[in-house]
Amino acid sequence: MSAVLIFMAVLALGAGWWLSRQGLLAKPWLQVDAAGTLAQSAEPRQPAQVGLGVFLAVVGSLFALLISAYVLRAEMTDWQAVPLPFIVWPNTLCLIVASLALEWARAGATRGNLGHARAGAIVASVAALAFLAGQLAAWRMLAGGGYFVNSGPAVSFFYLMTAAHGLHVIGGMFALARTFERIWRSDGTQRIRLSVELAATYWLFMLFVWVILLLVLSGWAGEFLSICGQILSGSGLT
Amino acid sequence: MADIPHEASASAPPAEIEEMELPHAHGWWSTYVFSQDAKVIAVQYAATALAIGAVALVLSWLIRLQLGFPGAVAFIDAERYYQFITMHGMIMVVYLLTALFLGGFGNYLIPLMIGARDMVFPYANMLSFWVYLLAVLVLVASFFVPGGPTGAGWTLYPPQAILSNTPGQQFGIVLMLVSLILFIAGFTMGGLNYTVTVLQARTRGMTLMRMPLTVWGIFVATIMALLAFPALFVAAVMMLFDKLLGTSFFMPTLVEFGEQLSYGGGSPILFQHLFWFFGHPEVYIVALPAFGIVSDLISTHARRNIFGYRMMVWAIVIIGALSFIVWAHHMYVSGMHPYFGFFFATTTLIIAVPTAIKVYNWVLTLWRGDIHFTPPMLFALGFIVTFVNGGLSGLFLGNVVVDVPLSDTMFVVAHFHMVMGVAPILVIFGAIYHWYPKVTGRMLDDAMAKFHFWVTFLGAYLIFFPMHYLGLMGAPRRYFESSDILLMPESAHALNAFISIVAFIVGFAQIVFVFNLIWSRKHGKEAGGNPWRATTLEWQTPETPPGHGNWGKDLPVVYRWAYDYSVPGAAEDFIPQNQPATVTRETPA
Amino acid sequence: MIFAVIMVLIVVGSVVFHFLSPWWFTPLASNWGYIDDTTVLTFAITGAVFSAVVLFVAYCLWKFRHQEGRKAAYEPENKRLESILTALTAGGVIAMLTPGLFVWAQFIEVPEEATNVEVVGQQWLWSYRLPGADGQLGGADNRLIGVDNTLGVNPDDPASGDDVIIEGGELLLPVDKPVRFLLRSIDVLHDFYVPEFRAKMDMIPGSVTYFWITPTKTGTYEILCAELCGTGHSYMRGMVTVVTQEEYDEWLTTQVTFADLAS
Repeated sequence: MSAVLIFMAVLALGAGWWLSRQGLLAKPWLQVDAAGTLAQSAEPRQPAQVGLGVFLAVVGSLFALLISAYVLRAEMTDWQAVPLPFIVWPNTLCLIVASLALEWARAGATRGNLGHARAGAIVASVAALAFLAGQLAAWRMLAGGGYFVNSGPAVSFFYLMTAAHGLHVIGGMFALARTFERIWRSDGTQRIRLSVELAATYWLFMLFVWVILLLVLSGWAGEFLSICGQILSGSGLT
Repeated sequence: MADIPHEASASAPPAEIEEMELPHAHGWWSTYVFSQDAKVIAVQYAATALAIGAVALVLSWLIRLQLGFPGAVAFIDAERYYQFITMHGMIMVVYLLTALFLGGFGNYLIPLMIGARDMVFPYANMLSFWVYLLAVLVLVASFFVPGGPTGAGWTLYPPQAILSNTPGQQFGIVLMLVSLILFIAGFTMGGLNYTVTVLQARTRGMTLMRMPLTVWGIFVATIMALLAFPALFVAAVMMLFDKLLGTSFFMPTLVEFGEQLSYGGGSPILFQHLFWFFGHPEVYIVALPAFGIVSDLISTHARRNIFGYRMMVWAIVIIGALSFIVWAHHMYVSGMHPYFGFFFATTTLIIAVPTAIKVYNWVLTLWRGDIHFTPPMLFALGFIVTFVNGGLSGLFLGNVVVDVPLSDTMFVVAHFHMVMGVAPILVIFGAIYHWYPKVTGRMLDDAMAKFHFWVTFLGAYLIFFPMHYLGLMGAPRRYFESSDILLMPESAHALNAFISIVAFIVGFAQIVFVFNLIWSRKHGKEAGGNPWRATTLEWQTPETPPGHGNWGKDLPVVYRWAYDYSVPGAAEDFIPQNQPATVTRETPA
Repeated sequence: MIFAVIMVLIVVGSVVFHFLSPWWFTPLASNWGYIDDTTVLTFAITGAVFSAVVLFVAYCLWKFRHQEGRKAAYEPENKRLESILTALTAGGVIAMLTPGLFVWAQFIEVPEEATNVEVVGQQWLWSYRLPGADGQLGGADNRLIGVDNTLGVNPDDPASGDDVIIEGGELLLPVDKPVRFLLRSIDVLHDFYVPEFRAKMDMIPGSVTYFWITPTKTGTYEILCAELCGTGHSYMRGMVTVVTQEEYDEWLTTQVTFADLAS
């Protein structure tokens, strides 16, 4: 369960840092304000931005748990690694393109350039669709090689994790569709900017999750950790 | 004039969100059914949770019938018995307690207590309820499919849960897992709402440290639930894969009645880790809202500020964080690596310290108070007794070596019923007696309330206190047939029969409560806006029951903390949070 | 007022019940007296805390009940009082945890001289395998289970042949000799639990779990399955009898070995 514990520790650090700025040491019974003394504070964040942040924490927890399960299951004796179908690499490229395009759209929307926002969103959608099609192709390739979902734990995890990630990407497509709607209806720069920003953040997160999953599924994360372990134990010996 | 020393609040007041557009209802359907008003959603959640809870109550009678009078009812065979205990447990923990505290009380109280017009995402909030209802319906449907609901125990441990000697292995277990997945999806939509509403929609002046403890409890519990439920989600999905697609995530090589199954190599312990990574925080997901609510009930009805407010807030946060690193104390005898026992016993007993501080502070709030024995106060006091009892028996089970003989016995059953069954449900009752006047504008009948309290509280104590001793003796839990266990003397069976009879009485007494809810709706005493003379914002609404948008034209502004009861020099024994300081002495120099 | 009286009655009633109830640990038949001691210590500490808290509540309810003209004190917090209470609680927790961890260290550390006894659980039956003359158990795997090899013993392992197999029968143990139970399951989770021995542990298909005891009292004890294992769970019982070494040796000669069964 180390993966999810690390994830939780990071969240706890973040929450602790935030809480430390909330005056939790104050003695609230000593603070009584008089009428008219309370000033309005600075520019507030949009609830949707905070909501997305919290939601991504939930999604992060989900994937951290999947990785934890993968690590624990991999310790069992019947584990046999499965070579990844090569198409996951071009797929990764598609996801990177989608993310970059949305970053570009975000920059455009911030400057008020709706044309850039629209173009970025279109490129992102195409790239995202290509990613999903590619992932389906990866499943087909595995199945073609005789690796079905129940052919062994490693391949089961491949199907499970790509399915979980793919469903979240499909969810992201709906978010993109909403952004399109906003842009096409010319909903007002403020709303469009928010919508593009949210989509860009979400897709960046999806890319991040995918890269982590890829590192785990390809076994590189495991190798990296074992090398780290060797270095640590080596230095401990000398 | 309030002449306590005061200073301007040090931390900046939180941002005020721009006035939100409320999706106003147009007609009966969108007012009462597909409503986006958190208060209506709260009542929908509460009504659904109580209805499915009533099913679980009836199941508990059937369980007690078998335990107290084995064989007396031919209808209860071993299969049905295991189905009853499974559904009873799952409904009570997830579909009643979690849904009622967060979906019910969370929806009603968060916006009102922090001075918001509604939840920040009303549409998702509405959806959350409908998905929850769907989850409940799927669960209920499992009673009617061939083979009936699953009888795998509420922990659903594989491999047993999906094998053929467990009832409901064909459809029941699948519906159970699907229902849980739906519940988690629905809860996530609601949970995002509760969290972001507390973070972003507090009215001007409502700093975190001015929030009532009810909001703190629900807020922290919601965050925990958002992070812990994914573990159950992952476990449920992986078990569905094992069941339907033949994968071996959890399924080891095994031979069932001479037949070698095609599974192999999986890890049943992995499921247990995932389940309890959800399951232990779940205990606090239920407990923290109860802690928060009971703090407010005690403070209001003892007319005294909650003692040690800061400690109470810190304790809630610390308990919430620690509860993520104690899960394996449910697995001391599961066969996991024995060294884990040292770590988890230590973390588990550490968590007793902040919990004990909370108990002391409730008791110290009563001390030098002005105690009114209203129904909410009675239930709060009942909570203190049962929670202290159940919490202390937790120290037996948390201390790894003491747990070894006691785990999987009736001691465990008695412990968790006392601490997360009886105690939180007493708080739920207290809370309903407390806030019903705000929801309906009328008081619940006092005499019926007192009858309900005494039967429920004393009955529950009589049921679960002696049960510990059965477990101490070695009586195992989840036994359909315990009448022939050699170590159980005749007196133990008599005790079982006694417990069952008390359980029937307590169960029937709930009819009085339901009747009271219905009767008082029309015939209760008019409550007025603030019948308990309480300080928190929900009692300061311009209308009772509050209208859509809660606050009329202007949002309330908060000038003080939530516990200004019996302030020296004040005219009344409470000062509402939205009453500014009188600044007679603060003429500028 | 009534409530204060009832609170006192609850405390008195609970304490009286604790001392008078006929339901208590079954008489100990193993070396795990320390577990009982730790439990009794926990009872003492938690009982004292329960009584103190509830009696104090009763006092408050009587003393500070609402009366005409009463006003509650205004005291947001009392650092000193809270610190003292926190320190006391921490002390109580340490007093319970420390002995607990020491006993746990003994519990998981099997003595060198312990003999192995394999317990195999299946729906809803207990079987056993004892090392034969060579003092070693042969390997086993659920994949090897067949009609003539119901416990999945590895026939190619030279240590297997003399292993004593007891299927669904009674288990005998010599008194005062430490035993390490090696626990396996053929189908689902089970849990080998003899209340008189105090110890228990789950059995997991696919792995071997363990615990150890030294039986200290001769007699016959019931084995209960303590992990839900399907509809027959409550019928999964067995018997274990602790006997003198001579009786044990004599019994052992009457048992069949794996080689006997195979031939």
